[in-house]
Amino acid sequence: MKILVAVKRVVDFNVKIRVNADHTAVDLANVKMSMNPFDEIGVEEALRLKEAGIATEVVAVSMGPANAAETIRTALAMGADRGILVETTTELQPLAVAKLMAKLVDKEKPDLVILGKQAIDDDCNQTGQVLAGLLGWAQGTFASKLEFAADKKTLTVTREVDGGLETLALAMPAIITTDLRLNEPRYASLPNIMKAKSKPLDKQTPESLGVDVTPRLITIRIDEPPPRAAGVKVADVAELVHKLRDEAKVI
Amino acid sequence: MSILVVAEHDGKQIKAATLHAVTAATKLNAAVTLLLCGAGSGAVAESAAKIAGVAEVLVAEVADLDNGMAESMAPLLAHLAKGYSHIVVTATAFGKNILPRASALLDVQQISEVIEIKSADSFVRPIYAGNALATVKSNDKIKLLSIRMTAFEPAAVSGGSAAVKKLAAGDLGAVAQKLSQFKGASLSKSERPELTSAKIVVSGGRGMQNGENFKLLDALADKLGAAVGASRAAVDAGFVPNEYQVGQTGKVVAPELYVAVGISGAIQHLAGMKDSKVIVAINKDVDAPIFQVADYGLVADLFTAIPALTAAIKK
Repeated sequence: MKILVAVKRVVDFNVKIRVNADHTAVDLANVKMSMNPFDEIGVEEALRLKEAGIATEVVAVSMGPANAAETIRTALAMGADRGILVETTTELQPLAVAKLMAKLVDKEKPDLVILGKQAIDDDCNQTGQVLAGLLGWAQGTFASKLEFAADKKTLTVTREVDGGLETLALAMPAIITTDLRLNEPRYASLPNIMKAKSKPLDKQTPESLGVDVTPRLITIRIDEPPPRAAGVKVADVAELVHKLRDEAKVI
Repeated sequence: MSILVVAEHDGKQIKAATLHAVTAATKLNAAVTLLLCGAGSGAVAESAAKIAGVAEVLVAEVADLDNGMAESMAPLLAHLAKGYSHIVVTATAFGKNILPRASALLDVQQISEVIEIKSADSFVRPIYAGNALATVKSNDKIKLLSIRMTAFEPAAVSGGSAAVKKLAAGDLGAVAQKLSQFKGASLSKSERPELTSAKIVVSGGRGMQNGENFKLLDALADKLGAAVGASRAAVDAGFVPNEYQVGQTGKVVAPELYVAVGISGAIQHLAGMKDSKVIVAINKDVDAPIFQVADYGLVADLFTAIPALTAAIKK
């Protein structure tokens, strides 16, 4: 079984972002970038399936400017076998990403594609579902547990839904998007980071894949949200109860 | 222009989430149709027809559409789409699962988590965990929107008188599918209000130290009639299940009162609660970033403060 796993280069989750002066974008200059946390969970799950003898090859895919290759190297250092970068400076929206992924699926013929449920920059939560729709494959979104049937023809997925958990049986091939509790991703060891440098990394472009990636949504402007007014410190529980009851009137 | 809102229901009643989507849809100033799918649709159609602002209710009560499976719902939406200018869902687990798949079939770029409708084709949505707001314009022929429920008031459940139309099996498109099969759900049973619609939310973070200590918050929540939530750190540490998670990657809440207990206030948590009306933070670390968004901050050990607070509140 071959697994494609999608990895996106995003602003690190600890960074407080800033909107640029002309309100056209978020300022990305000199900002720490990392692999999207949900994609780390995706890579980890693919590696565990390989270690369990279910998968045979794990291919990490990223898209965007040339430095997205760094994120692929991170996946390779974690243990992925090889990488594919679809290089472009055009802003890629989820529909375009899914179309590019669908082309790679045609070429690579994986049995499973794992994506993070959401990227923490655009917060769209779409790409996996769109890819499943384009390919006509089953989808298991917000997955917290995967179990393969002995013949590997069905995949039982436990999903995180609003009120608890839901279980689906998916026909293979399938699309999985990861939720928080699927696993805890490993750190890459130094020897593995060195080894990752010599793993193969193939390059493609939207043109080479024949996909029109022109953005469908035009960003008119970006604003910072209005700040909250500063609050007060209370001395003790009695003062807190008094404030909530008599000032804020919420209890 | 006409708007299709995809409803969520449990076969007995329409879920509160859908009422917020109806309000968002009415802001587009066009007739609103509410779509009910799967088992029990017919039973809830009558009450759905009374929701203020709904002009028509469509009922698609066929077994293929039970359990809101994306593989069936997406072709249905793609089939119905030609009659509408916008399709609207609430950004719940259900809405997030089905709408992007429909967008693939329609070749449309969906707009996620809309918090403001500027015009028929321009919308505001949060990015970077709500640390920036993007105003975007769609040039697609049909607009697919998921709306953030806390940004729109719920529509009134009475006052409407919509026409109810039953869709025949032939009107549904290719909803029969063998790709996926629903096996079951284990939904947490609770006497408490739902996290996303509760007036008061009490949330715990890593400072709770373990799952057992969440009982302290349960006792406080019971006194206040509140829902219990958690930070991602508390979920990550295994204290409570993921459905408790408030934040960028969990649920977004905006109650009248949010009490953050032992929560440091990571960016991704603030994203899920900073639109609450009143925020209380209880944390022993005076430098915790949560105090920067709190209306009332109490620097104290939660293990003494929470029992004292619970005792001080009259039921």
